[in-house]
Amino acid sequence: MASSVEVRGVSKQFRLFQEKYTSLKEKAIHFGKIPFEVFPALSDISFEVEQGTTLGLLGHNGSGKSTLLKCIAGILTPTSGEILVRGRVAAMLELGAGFHPDLSGRDNIYLNASLLGLSRREVDRCFDDIVDFSELGPFIENQVKFYSSGMYARLGFAVAVNMDPDVLLVDEVLAVGDANFQLKCINKIKSFQKEGRTIVFVSHSPELVRGICDTAFVLDHGRLVGGGPTPEAITVLQQFQLAGSSLLFDPAREQERAIPAAGGEVQLSRLEVNGVVVDQRAVAVDPGSQAEMAIEVESPPAQAIFAHFELVIINSENIPVFAFNTRDMGVDAFLLRGTTELSARFDSFVVGPGAYSARVSLYSEQSGMLIEVRQWDNALVVGGSRRGVSGVVAMDVSIFAEELSNRRL
Amino acid sequence: MALPDADGSTDQAEVIGYDPMRSLAVHLVRPKMSIWARLANIWRYRDLLRGLVAKEIRVKYKDSALGFIWSLLNPAMFILIYYIVFQKVLGNGIPLFAIFLATGLLCWNLFQSGVLGATGSVVGNAALVKKVAFPREILALASVGSAFIFFLFQAVVLAIFLLVFGVTPDLSYVWLTPIALLALLVVASGLAVLLSAINVYMRDMQHLMEILLQAWFWATPVVYPFMLIAAKTSKLHLTWLYLVNPVTPVVLTFQRAFYAKTDPVGVGGVVVHILPHYSPMWYLGILGILIAAGVALVLVALSVFGRLEGNFAEEL
Repeated sequence: MASSVEVRGVSKQFRLFQEKYTSLKEKAIHFGKIPFEVFPALSDISFEVEQGTTLGLLGHNGSGKSTLLKCIAGILTPTSGEILVRGRVAAMLELGAGFHPDLSGRDNIYLNASLLGLSRREVDRCFDDIVDFSELGPFIENQVKFYSSGMYARLGFAVAVNMDPDVLLVDEVLAVGDANFQLKCINKIKSFQKEGRTIVFVSHSPELVRGICDTAFVLDHGRLVGGGPTPEAITVLQQFQLAGSSLLFDPAREQERAIPAAGGEVQLSRLEVNGVVVDQRAVAVDPGSQAEMAIEVESPPAQAIFAHFELVIINSENIPVFAFNTRDMGVDAFLLRGTTELSARFDSFVVGPGAYSARVSLYSEQSGMLIEVRQWDNALVVGGSRRGVSGVVAMDVSIFAEELSNRRL
Repeated sequence: MALPDADGSTDQAEVIGYDPMRSLAVHLVRPKMSIWARLANIWRYRDLLRGLVAKEIRVKYKDSALGFIWSLLNPAMFILIYYIVFQKVLGNGIPLFAIFLATGLLCWNLFQSGVLGATGSVVGNAALVKKVAFPREILALASVGSAFIFFLFQAVVLAIFLLVFGVTPDLSYVWLTPIALLALLVVASGLAVLLSAINVYMRDMQHLMEILLQAWFWATPVVYPFMLIAAKTSKLHLTWLYLVNPVTPVVLTFQRAFYAKTDPVGVGGVVVHILPHYSPMWYLGILGILIAAGVALVLVALSVFGRLEGNFAEEL
């Protein structure tokens, strides 16, 4: 089938001004030499979306996924490259964008629909459907400023989905409204899929994307870093997401980031597994046994730093098999001053046989910024467990048979 | 978040009336769009223009007791004050000065409120520009559009004035007024589109225009008669310079048609020279030039707008 959206070599650069000079006087003073940095929000993105499929765009905050969606919607113009879209586009970047508080729901439906490119006659035709879907009933004649936020969102969604779009662009707007409304929205999206409409769905929630999208692409720092069938894309996302804020692991950049965040040198100086220092050689661990990982942190003795601690254990296929983050666990931040040892004790280390890397990250409690990250490649080796047992986890298993009935033929 | 399944319990997801194979218009998002593509896009969104104009008019006087009557009280007050100052205090001697003022003011108000409203239109609708894709020129055009609607209200009042004072319009010139109106709309639209885009990058434009339009108002023969200036400029052969102001020919056409007196006997019993003795063809000619210049301005404005528009969503 034909492609519905073709993104061809799209780049978008934002100009970041140290200060924004928008008045005439300032323009005159700084004429032609306004300092700015070029920030590449998107770099050379190309992909196609087949008609009738649902594409998810995944990425952490600031990865460029919303910028890309805005480019497809035509709200932003790419700096270079072009985007071809077949058919009518409905972009749901914000529900009810363009509603005027002083106008009634009815008037706003007409205004909002015409913003989306519908003619008056087309709105007349689908007006009742919109009102039905929004469940506003008689309130449709009230001014929108008296609506609750849920009513507002329902009306916005109702207009956008009832305009018979060929391509629907959705940007995490489903997060609003109560559970019933969310269910309704998802049902509507699913019925769109059945009808063969194309949907591009932007989210940082892998669960939502998994439930809706056939394929997904992962964006990081404005680059397309992976994609394919949704489960694969989600793996790509998770692989790196657990490591911190960057998908493309770039030690130089992390280092750069680390210094200002901590205000001094913080180093992850040593990793011990079961009391053995990990340096060149891996430490052997028996599957299912007790294990303890201890990390030594060197930080300025004169400064108290409160930090959260993240540990990721990664297998040889680069898949994180286990991770924890003390901030997300709700554990109090750790005080780092001078030399500190952070330990994690596993009562039963149940990973399957193989070599594992350990990645440790420290986050500032105050700013949430990454202070330091270090990965020990092939830090530990889990030996073969019982014969005939394999897989990612080493579970204890007993095998037995029981006769349930004794029927003779 | 748990995902409910649509296929399960209720069969809400029934397939209705969508044909994926229907012929689809191809839309291309790229750094540059031709002026013709822009014009076609604006035309496609004409219902939005209508909707925005209707919104602006409804919202402007929403919840005020007198409603749109305010749009008439404003110029009425203006006419009253200028009548007292210029006729009674300064004694300018123009007969039926209120009609003279009302005719010129009708055109000027359309121009001024359209252009001034449009200058701030893109900035004022930042929330929309950032979230919805539509031809942004429509925002500027909607300002001109709503100014045009108020023009129609005020035209009704002028008609009542003419009836009350028993003034007969000069029919050999009245047919020119729709052409003059068209010329005014084209020029105002061009300026509106141009200034709305520039204002995004230079927010001073709005304030600058407020002052500029005041000067422009006094450079246009609304309060004083055209002949007062033309009598001086004609000796120097500079009347054309005075007519370069695009609002002047429009105001002149309206005055010639509805005020309809060139050299009436004034209040003090002396003849006052108010309007020139140009023929209808002269008016047609100058309005034709004005429309041509206006169309050129619109094209320039659209191309400038297109150049600046790409970064609107980030600048706002």
